[in-house]
Amino acid sequence: MVKKVAILASVALAASLLSANALAENKRIAIVVKALGIGFFEAAAKGAEEAAAELGDVDIIYTGPTDTTAEGQIEVINSLIAQKVDAIAISANDQDALVPALKKAMSRGITVISWDSGVAPEGRQMHLNPSSNALIGNTIIKLAADHMPDGGEVAVLSASATATNQNIWIEEMTKVMDNYPGVTLVSTVYGDDLSDKSYREAEGLMSSHPNLKAIIAPTTVGIVAAAQAVTDAGKIGEINVTGLALPSEMAGHIESGVSKSFAIWNPIDLGYSATMIAYNLATKKAMADANTSIDMGRMGSVMLDDNKEGAMSDPFTYDASNIDQFKSIF
Amino acid sequence: MNSETQSVSAASQSYPDRLQSKLRRVLVSWELLLLCVAVFIFWLNTQASPYFLDPWNLSDATFNFTEKALIAFAMALLIISGEIDLSVASIIALSSTAMGYAVSIGMGTTELLIIGPLVGLACGAFNGLLVTRFGLPSIVATIGTMSLFRGISYIILGDKAYSGYPSDFAFFGQGYVYWVITFEVVLFAVFAIIYTLLLHRTSFGRSVFAIGNNPTAALFSGIRVNRIKFILFLLTGLMAGIAAVCLTSRLGSTRPSIALGWELEIVTMVVLGGVNILGGSGSIPGVVLAAFIMGLVTFGFGLLNVPGIVMSIFIGLLLIGVIGLPRVWTKGLHFWKSIVSR
Repeated sequence: MVKKVAILASVALAASLLSANALAENKRIAIVVKALGIGFFEAAAKGAEEAAAELGDVDIIYTGPTDTTAEGQIEVINSLIAQKVDAIAISANDQDALVPALKKAMSRGITVISWDSGVAPEGRQMHLNPSSNALIGNTIIKLAADHMPDGGEVAVLSASATATNQNIWIEEMTKVMDNYPGVTLVSTVYGDDLSDKSYREAEGLMSSHPNLKAIIAPTTVGIVAAAQAVTDAGKIGEINVTGLALPSEMAGHIESGVSKSFAIWNPIDLGYSATMIAYNLATKKAMADANTSIDMGRMGSVMLDDNKEGAMSDPFTYDASNIDQFKSIF
Repeated sequence: MNSETQSVSAASQSYPDRLQSKLRRVLVSWELLLLCVAVFIFWLNTQASPYFLDPWNLSDATFNFTEKALIAFAMALLIISGEIDLSVASIIALSSTAMGYAVSIGMGTTELLIIGPLVGLACGAFNGLLVTRFGLPSIVATIGTMSLFRGISYIILGDKAYSGYPSDFAFFGQGYVYWVITFEVVLFAVFAIIYTLLLHRTSFGRSVFAIGNNPTAALFSGIRVNRIKFILFLLTGLMAGIAAVCLTSRLGSTRPSIALGWELEIVTMVVLGGVNILGGSGSIPGVVLAAFIMGLVTFGFGLLNVPGIVMSIFIGLLLIGVIGLPRVWTKGLHFWKSIVSR
């Protein structure tokens, strides 16, 4: 009995020491992503670690659910609240469904920001867009139109029908379609960010639209699947696959010519900036108010608009001239 | 615990008393095994994370399984009767969409509490008709309705979402009855008792076991097999509707992708709880324990920031381990029994 009590006491002591240490020394910033095992987010985690190394007193918790579901992210958020982390920086699977869980986090003193894919304003202190949505929407159609001097049919292969960011970009894209005369959008299909489904949807696009000139996939999973589908159909040169992608995953498709160019912001920069902002807010070095700016270290600073949203930087175009330089980075 | 299992054996086996004592032993030890696993995982969690033994954290952790467990109770009965319903997650989606629509045309909390379960009931009735009236195998019928129900949600909502639920509606998924005891936990406990009584203490429960063991024999014994199966589909739909109320309230919004993939987690919970996937045996206390085990594992791993895929692997191994061991044991016991009786 005495032994048992002694063991219990020492366990409790060790536990309290552990938590005391963690609280006193390092700020713990959780980077919550849509799902683990996605190249883009792994790169963002690298950026977060870079920021942590620069700041010194930060521990990064890189986590997320297995599937891109809101319910999975809520379970993750609940466990982070339980761990009493200092900040949560999340790329959301659903802008509304996460609000109650994130509100609870904020009510328990945790700094909450969203990045990449946003949360409704009442569920976060600020949102960091990788770029401005209008610029991205324009970029993805421009990438396709640049290689279609005579115009023609284009189609969009998106992620899931409920993906916040993809929907905004496609909306922005359709707004500027008039600036590209002769280019018509014939269809928008959803591959749910699953390789096999995206591949089948791309095949479907090719068979239902024989005159298709370009497939625009504003998702890293979709563009690779589409490029593979076009290659397998022997239509390299006929159909240009473009959109948003990771250089490492697209290097082969740029070489083969199935994709002439694509764009992306740098996810390393994004993870870095989100971490910097979360740190500055958690340590009260900055406040997330409308029309104020927050420092992001080497990335400069971000200006918040009335919705407390800010844009990090412009998207960057990758093609045969620079792909070799970037493919080993992310 | 002991009286529960006694009634399990009484209900699942209508053979003379002689066999029961041995069978009871097996059942008792098997449920004890689940209990031991639950206690062991609880202990591991307290060792692994200093944040685990906190009433608020444990309260948060219950959200990981309460809604799924509500459906698992009804699903357990359905599987014991030899059927299955894979459309439950889609019923949640359709039911939640209906509630969202109701809010958008200005209905209040009371109406929502009627509409959600009612839509679930209607979906359950549709499944039940397909299986009992048209004779479709339930696995095929409900794979069909799984796409159908969620498909309707996608048609209605597309990439939009319903939100703006009334503030008093939030109580059913986020509210606390007393201190850290959430409304969902109370609901979970109440339904655990109701379903335990229904399955192990009523003639209806006996009929469910009889149908699962041998539907033809059950029919010839005067049990209305199709009617009972239809009621079980209704119950499963109703529970999915109730779970939809809780989940919608907890999320505060509806998207057609709500509760995606839950059907497999619910079936896992039922099977982990010791219900024979081929029908004929199982118990509600087993399902309750399985719900706790799955909740403890996901929350414990979450506290350690273990990637979700590792959790899935662990749940899979747990399933094989907990189900496999008693199977091997039971087979050995049967073999031994057959030798002795000769």
